[in-house]
Amino acid sequence: MPPYAGPPVPRHGDAAGTLRLLGWLALAIALIVLDHRGGWLSRMRAQAALAVQPLWRLAALPSEIGAELRSGAATRTQLQRENEVLRNALLVSGARLARLQTAASDNVRLTGMLGAVRREGFDVQLVPILDVDLDPTHQRLVLDAGSRDGVRMGQSAVDAGGLLGQVVAVTPTTSTLLLLTDPDHAVPVLVQRNGIRLVAYGTGRSDRIELANVPISGDVRIGDRVVTSGLGGRFPPGFPVGTVSELRPDESRAFLVGELKPAAQLDRGRDVLLLRKVIAAPMPTLPAPAASGAPAKPASIATPSPTGAKP
Amino acid sequence: MSRGRNSWLFPVTVLVALLLGLLPLPAWMQPFRPYWLALVIAYWLIEEPERIGLGIAFAAGLAADLAFGSLLGEQALRLTVLAFIVQRFRSQLRFFPIPQQALAIGGLLLNDRVVSAAVHLAIGEPQVPWAYWWAPLLGMLLWAPLFLLLDGLRLGRQN
Repeated sequence: MPPYAGPPVPRHGDAAGTLRLLGWLALAIALIVLDHRGGWLSRMRAQAALAVQPLWRLAALPSEIGAELRSGAATRTQLQRENEVLRNALLVSGARLARLQTAASDNVRLTGMLGAVRREGFDVQLVPILDVDLDPTHQRLVLDAGSRDGVRMGQSAVDAGGLLGQVVAVTPTTSTLLLLTDPDHAVPVLVQRNGIRLVAYGTGRSDRIELANVPISGDVRIGDRVVTSGLGGRFPPGFPVGTVSELRPDESRAFLVGELKPAAQLDRGRDVLLLRKVIAAPMPTLPAPAASGAPAKPASIATPSPTGAKP
Repeated sequence: MSRGRNSWLFPVTVLVALLLGLLPLPAWMQPFRPYWLALVIAYWLIEEPERIGLGIAFAAGLAADLAFGSLLGEQALRLTVLAFIVQRFRSQLRFFPIPQQALAIGGLLLNDRVVSAAVHLAIGEPQVPWAYWWAPLLGMLLWAPLFLLLDGLRLGRQN
């Protein structure tokens, strides 16, 4: 190495360096524009994502090991307590389910009388989240299941609380979930109390969704629950999206802007539920009986079918 | 020089930098995540300019775009700009004492944030939250330990 700090040594000449810079910059800008437009480059990119998967898995490893260690270190008493809590929760939801089932059968009968068809149930698939942090300007999750496991573009994802988002990219072994808090995301929704139809947009923050163009005369109040309306056909109807937490006039003063607190737990949890080939979900809700004191015992939750007798 | 012996070190450091970029952090820490890849690339540009140039920086940026799911070409652009500036001032940077070097790197990282914001503005993508502008500061603080570590790895066997 030359041990002097002389004036900049003209290595290739400054002009050549600048030219090369411009060349690379032009290439980068061309890529950015093409990728932003979508099209063939995004398809190529989906292929290239295959090459990145080992990296994702490696990056997710520490948190996986951490979770493993935590569950390994759980003591017997902790497990017992958790078991008890879960058992109670199961009893409560079992009771609720039993009540809903009568409502559902009523519903089927009534819709049948109205001549409406099509009330199929939906199928869910539990999919683990691959814990990596992607680009912070978008709210996305990487799921540890891909087309090989039956995941398809556009599937909706929910958790126990409500709607999480939709699948926007699928490779054979992983897929990408766009959360409903992403600025690019919009969901057609309706206010559960009075059926006003609105659209909820992501804001880029994980604790807030925005309801745009709420009519001032529309009787939307703070505390209203908002569920998917199913319009547009992308999302199944009836899944909770959030609760209205704030209303303020927008710039035009002709409409209100509402803020929603998401119903789903967007920043927690290790798994999501993907809805499969859905269409109509049984309307949930009915203000649930207070979740405390578990009612004695629902008749039967998992029908104790007479198993066996089959060699 | 130890070109033959340590040629594995560059890809390994880039890989580790990518992994550190993807590593899940608690939400409150995410804005402070330093741009590891830029730090590593800057180190190699300063220390081995005959091997690492604009093209390599561009390629590393593309890899990062794929890994982080950002707009394809965005980080390639940012790292190319960074690499160009480092190349221009390499002869000065190289002989700065480490604290001064760290300041310069902090400036580069801040400039990198500006470039990124400009790209997002130009194309109509959402901007990162303001808290993310703290990351260059952390990168600056991490420069000295990183520099010493990489120097140790690169030259360790020789002395």
